[in-house]
Amino acid sequence: MTALVSIKQVVKGYTRGKQRVEVLHSIDLTVERGEFLALMGPSGSGKTTLLNLIGGLDRPDRGEITVAGERLDRLSSGQLAKWRARNVGFIFQFYNLLPVLTAERNVEVPLLLTKLSSAERKRNVAAALELVGLADRAKHKPGELSGGQQQRVAIARALVADPTLLVCDEPTGDLDRETSESILKLLELLNEHQKKTIVMVTHDPRAAHYASRRLYVDKGSLGAAPLGVAA
Amino acid sequence: MKYLPLIWAGLWRKRVRTVLTLLCVVVAFALFGLLHGFTAAIDGIVEQMSDTRLRTMSRVNITQPLPLAHRARMQTVPGVDEVSYYNFFAGYYQDRSNSVQVGAIDVASFNVVYPDIQMEPKYVDAMLHTRNGALVGEDLAAEQGWKIGDRIPLGSAVWTRKDGAEAWDFEIVGSYRSPSGKVPTSELWINYDYFDEARAAANGTVTLYFLKIHDSSRSAEIAEQVDALFANSTSETQTQSEKDWLRAQIAQIGDIGFFVNAIIAAVMFALLFVTGNTMVQSVRERIPELAVLKTYGFGNTAVMGLVLAESVVLCSVAAALGIGIAAVLTPPIFREIGAGGLNLPLPVVIMGFALAVAFAVASAALPALRAQRLSIVDALAGR
Repeated sequence: MTALVSIKQVVKGYTRGKQRVEVLHSIDLTVERGEFLALMGPSGSGKTTLLNLIGGLDRPDRGEITVAGERLDRLSSGQLAKWRARNVGFIFQFYNLLPVLTAERNVEVPLLLTKLSSAERKRNVAAALELVGLADRAKHKPGELSGGQQQRVAIARALVADPTLLVCDEPTGDLDRETSESILKLLELLNEHQKKTIVMVTHDPRAAHYASRRLYVDKGSLGAAPLGVAA
Repeated sequence: MKYLPLIWAGLWRKRVRTVLTLLCVVVAFALFGLLHGFTAAIDGIVEQMSDTRLRTMSRVNITQPLPLAHRARMQTVPGVDEVSYYNFFAGYYQDRSNSVQVGAIDVASFNVVYPDIQMEPKYVDAMLHTRNGALVGEDLAAEQGWKIGDRIPLGSAVWTRKDGAEAWDFEIVGSYRSPSGKVPTSELWINYDYFDEARAAANGTVTLYFLKIHDSSRSAEIAEQVDALFANSTSETQTQSEKDWLRAQIAQIGDIGFFVNAIIAAVMFALLFVTGNTMVQSVRERIPELAVLKTYGFGNTAVMGLVLAESVVLCSVAAALGIGIAAVLTPPIFREIGAGGLNLPLPVVIMGFALAVAFAVASAALPALRAQRLSIVDALAGR
């Protein structure tokens, strides 16, 4: 396997009010292509910040981040936006679907930035919805779908542009146990069959169990998951 | 075009708010169309007025009569082809409140001076051979329900007959129309000779002269020559082309263009806050959604463009509706003010849409800037 994500000595902090808070301290991390990595840790540990840096949503204060061969720490915000459009699919805890659009229109959003024709976009959207088992809900708006269905639409949206990397922030945090398992199985399937590299932040040891590797973020530093956390 | 569903859906996120905002903008642009249409109509009326027809009245004011003897001297001025005359009658039909505009004319010369009025030769002939004959304008005929052959008794608040009677009997022998719409057809024309012989006072005088000239470039010069003929007499004249006369009349009302622009500017300024508020609220409610768009690769400029586009679509649709309403309402209004045949001018329509776009950009500028500067991480974290 080759490294898809390479993070070296990354430091990230935020200014809150008059205070500067360092959230990540000299992080080093490598994620291999095709890997399913779970990042665990308590609230405020810095795992979402790390995920944001991997997904190109934020830039480090210091250090190097290379994802899919691109040095993200050197890209401007416009270049980062274009890079994200090509390389990353995002899945959020609260789905973050656009409530005024139907499922198929939501899934189409990342494709609007491509040069695909309307017919090609429709084909890809239909394939993505088929993959997550929601072809029959294409015309429904998010408000007409259950939480699990909404998350499936969000996964279809993350997949539709065929990104190399899927970044998931607590994808099952808002779902019941049964629905969570079906979503996690879907992610597992995408990792094993579609060879998608997945980095997932989760509090849930059960969710982390689906990952091929589990790391623990605590107080801005990275380590192996402690015993009992992800059995 | 592929972004249109995204823009349209964003616009209708809060239907009631969007509809109310839309209605405000529709009303503003309908007002814009009507007021600018009104000024354009006035300009149109002025332009329609002839500058090969001069109009002579007393230098004192229009109520002072001029001797009919002036006519012969006016006809000697080089460049004057024909001179006709007109006397106000101030009539009413059946009831004093039902006033009828009546003009005593010399139909033969009037027909020459006003070629843009269509009178069938048989009607002119009937008028010449019927002393108490009258020609009715088609609008007046429709209004009063008169037809050819009707005998109509008219009263006059100004003119009594020599025998002391107030009632004047006329027989409608024909009608006239104005195919170009340039001349109102809301008057009744009677024979001047019959009227002048019968009236108790002011015999041998007229209210107005109309002079037909053939060279419009000499209108000012001829007008001066005409007025010079009667300078220092007891009946001095004031002669102007019809176009100049109307322009002077309108100028007496005030600077209509300024008033119209001031009203529209005030309305638009107030409306800016309404639409601005709508856009601010709309963006504030959608911060996480806009952050998701940025997450998926929409750049800062693209997100700003989406917000601006929403505003432009809203204002353009509203402007189209408002200007459409104005376009439907203006022709009948124009007809009422004597500018029949005019529609809402194309430059007003173009100006309306340009204003709508500028207005949309101005009202969405701040929220669009906020959307552009939006930090994905902060927005998704709810900060």
